[in-house]
Amino acid sequence: MSGKTDKGAKKEKKDRTPMPEQEPAERINNFKEVALGYTEEDALREASRCLQCKNPKCIKGCPVEINIKEFIRLISGKKFGEALAVIRERNSLPAICGRVCPQEDQCEKECILGLKDRPVAIGRLERYVADRELKRLADIGKECVYLDGNYKCSGEKVAIIGSGPAGLTCASELAKMGYQVTLFEALHKPGGVLVYGIPEFRLPKDIVRKEIEYLKSMDVDLRVNMVMGKILTIRELFDQGYKAVFIATGAGLPHFMNIPGENLNGVYSANEYLTRSNLMKAYEFPKSDTPIVKGKRVAVIGGGNVAMDSARTARRLGAEHVYLIYRRSEKEMPARNEEIEHARQEGIEFMLLTNPARISGKDGWVNSIRLQKMELREPDSSGRRRPVPVEGSGFDLDVDVVIVAVGQGPNPLLTATIKELGLDGRGLIKADPETGKTTVRGVFAGGDIVTGAATVILAMGAGRKAARAIDEFIKTGKW
Amino acid sequence: MYKIVKKKELTPDIIQYLVEAPLIAKKAKAGQFVVIRVNENGERVPLTISSYQHDKGIISLVAMRVGKSTALLSELEEGDSILDVVGPLGNPSEIENFGRVICVGGGVGVAVVLPIAVELKKAGNYVISIMGAKTEKVLILEKEMKEASDELYICTDDGSRGYHGFVSGFLEEYLSRHLANRENKKHGIDRVVAIGPALMMAAVARVTEQYRIKTIVSLNSIMVDGTGMCGACRVEVGGKTKFVCVDGPEFDAHEVNFDLLVSRQKIYCDQESACYDLYKKDCKCKK
Ligand SMILES: Cc1cc2nc3c(=O)[nH]c(=O)nc-3n(C[C@H](O)[C@H](O)[C@H](O)COP(=O)(O)OP(=O)(O)OC[C@H]3O[C@@H](n4cnc5c(N)ncnc54)[C@H](O)[C@@H]3O)c2cc1C
Ligand SMILES: Cc1cc2nc3c(=O)[nH]c(=O)nc-3n(C[C@H](O)[C@H](O)[C@H](O)COP(=O)(O)OP(=O)(O)OC[C@H]3O[C@@H](n4cnc5c(N)ncnc54)[C@H](O)[C@@H]3O)c2cc1C
Ligand code: SF4
Ligand code: SF4
Ligand code: FES
Repeated sequence: MSGKTDKGAKKEKKDRTPMPEQEPAERINNFKEVALGYTEEDALREASRCLQCKNPKCIKGCPVEINIKEFIRLISGKKFGEALAVIRERNSLPAICGRVCPQEDQCEKECILGLKDRPVAIGRLERYVADRELKRLADIGKECVYLDGNYKCSGEKVAIIGSGPAGLTCASELAKMGYQVTLFEALHKPGGVLVYGIPEFRLPKDIVRKEIEYLKSMDVDLRVNMVMGKILTIRELFDQGYKAVFIATGAGLPHFMNIPGENLNGVYSANEYLTRSNLMKAYEFPKSDTPIVKGKRVAVIGGGNVAMDSARTARRLGAEHVYLIYRRSEKEMPARNEEIEHARQEGIEFMLLTNPARISGKDGWVNSIRLQKMELREPDSSGRRRPVPVEGSGFDLDVDVVIVAVGQGPNPLLTATIKELGLDGRGLIKADPETGKTTVRGVFAGGDIVTGAATVILAMGAGRKAARAIDEFIKTGKW
Repeated sequence: MYKIVKKKELTPDIIQYLVEAPLIAKKAKAGQFVVIRVNENGERVPLTISSYQHDKGIISLVAMRVGKSTALLSELEEGDSILDVVGPLGNPSEIENFGRVICVGGGVGVAVVLPIAVELKKAGNYVISIMGAKTEKVLILEKEMKEASDELYICTDDGSRGYHGFVSGFLEEYLSRHLANRENKKHGIDRVVAIGPALMMAAVARVTEQYRIKTIVSLNSIMVDGTGMCGACRVEVGGKTKFVCVDGPEFDAHEVNFDLLVSRQKIYCDQESACYDLYKKDCKCKK
């Protein structure tokens, strides 16, 4: 930024304040967070760009309709605590959303400044106020905003299944209303994709941990290692006196491509690769006990956040070449812009309009992947242009690890145990988008298990709405 | 935390743990497993629920010390706790009155086949068990197997006890003898359940295939979550990819691609042994 001072004060004032970041050459050798966060000066400067529009379009772009205009105004007045309170009215996980929301498709997409210049960096400002509070708390020796004294919930019992953003949000909303909430999680650590999927370098796990400490301070009974459907069924929950159940089990079932060679050693689902690395800390092996195959030449298949996270993780695990293989063009990539940009800076080699046909190996281990060039034809049902193979364009690429990141579906483990629960053709739970009500009385659902793989903020929004609907259901008994 | 209320060395390397896990004990069925994590840096390790006492809230796990995680587990004493135990996972064994059933267990696989033999017997089957080990000293759970079976045969690789050779060799001889001797079909063998090292299960499958006896094996692929979320445990059954943790762990032996199973079990061999060596350098355990 400083290099542009000669362009005149006015111009400079307009430019979006860049995010301080770890240098690419340095960060590919560690798992520490890439984006370092605004300084107070940066935040004030960026806040001053906001026009305080009469009709703030940005708010409509945010799925939970945070009063963006107001929180930015408060930042400008250095009222950081109040700014956070405004955000918290709508979003209980601002330090997380400020980091991982696809802002360019949401709040920032609508920001009026985006018409002529670049939009206000709303996400970065949101992160700033959230981080500032975490730092303030740390300085006075606190982990999170512990509720002081003995917060006790004495209302009716509600069960929440799954501790991703949807479950966490629903739990905190219900606890605030005084319900006795039990949060059941299958893994040994709560947080859902926030802990097993999204890497440390994008979302430090300490932030998620603090959010969970906060829930605990609200008397939420968190029970890990509980694979619901196996250890307890939904029927049994009702028998135990729970008045309502919220299912937020996410979309954790990895899809494969069903091409030859996919079961060779060295071929991973992105879920396994990321779970080993994030949840099980395989990047610290042998300090941690879970191993991972560290390839030298890694192919990642896919173009979403999951693919970017896998590619960037492979790079950090020491791969010399990481190829990102995506069958459409960059324009169609569903990953956040920031992730694509960061991946490029880190030397990820993009192979666009390319699709794998088969994987080959030697002695059981993958050693090459056969690729095909694609071209885009007329749009398909998703509205994106349909890729078709270009004949005779096949070629082989030497690789020693392949990571398949072509999407995830709903896990049937729980849903299969309650036959009355209405599912759609893909196995997603049918639920009212406004209330989360399913076809079974007292059972609500939200997040990826209803929408299919989506976003953190949408899952949180669903958790909030469901909390309100659950409250109403328990109070009125009306379904 | 899941307390170890009793620990018993069945052999120097195979240890039985009675673990307090009331909810799991209440739900557990033969054929199901748990995933444990010994400590904060620990791996998630799948172990079969070898027996369960619904009323006492206790499950029994039998683990062979093969690498760092099972060695760490073996360092825990009575009164210590395992950090995480999750289950019951996988599908329960199919238990019916099939008629005459052969249960084959090899090595630590005896602990896995035991609850199935118990249930099969309860369901009215005539249970013939064949158990094997390298040598007499490392035979496990003989008394329990005897109680669960109408006939029990023992095999050792070195001939120190019972049949001299592999369980698959004994099975082959047994079947040829038994099926040749019989005039009518009444005393056929209706099912074989075989659990042990992958190579043993593959050998059993080859034997029973000749006689067209339905054979069930429990596959021990490498796992992470055990809930269908990662695909680490994938195997090929009948030409299709299956996840052992949710589609299994039991499958029709004649459809399993054992070569793939064996190959995938070796993914982390080098890393695991390096990790184990590092650990053994400053560990208190005897080895
Ligand atoms: C690698 C990756 C990167 C992503 N990056 C972004 C991003 O940058 N920005 C963004 O907005 N979104 C991103 N997403 C998507 C986002 O994370 C999800 O949309 C969101 O987490 C969904 O929240 P959820 O609460 O519905 O489910 P999840 O976060 O999936 O949580 C579900 C939880 O339920 C548990 N569970 C499942 N079954 C059971 C059961 N039977 N019993 C008990 N517990 C169970 C699971 O273990 C899990 O903890 C990413 C996803 C992935 C995988
Ligand atoms: C459904 C199921 C039930 C099982 N039941 C039992 C049981 O009752 N008793 C018992 O002793 N063992 C059982 N196993 C095998 C047991 O999980 C492994 O022996 C254990 O994980 C080894 O861990 P380690 O760190 O000590 O050894 P490692 O050093 O990790 O590995 C040594 C060798 O064990 C195999 N192995 C490693 N990790 C796994 C894993 N997660 N799953 C399977 N094999 C692995 C590999 O071939 C490896 O080379 C079962 C496995 C499965 C899948
Ligand atoms: S929650 Fe997400 S979409 Fe809403 S304002 Fe914050 S960054 Fe934007
Ligand atoms: S649209 Fe942009 S400029 Fe207008 S209030 Fe919102 S953030 Fe500020
Ligand atoms: S162990 Fe992860 S899917 Fe089976």
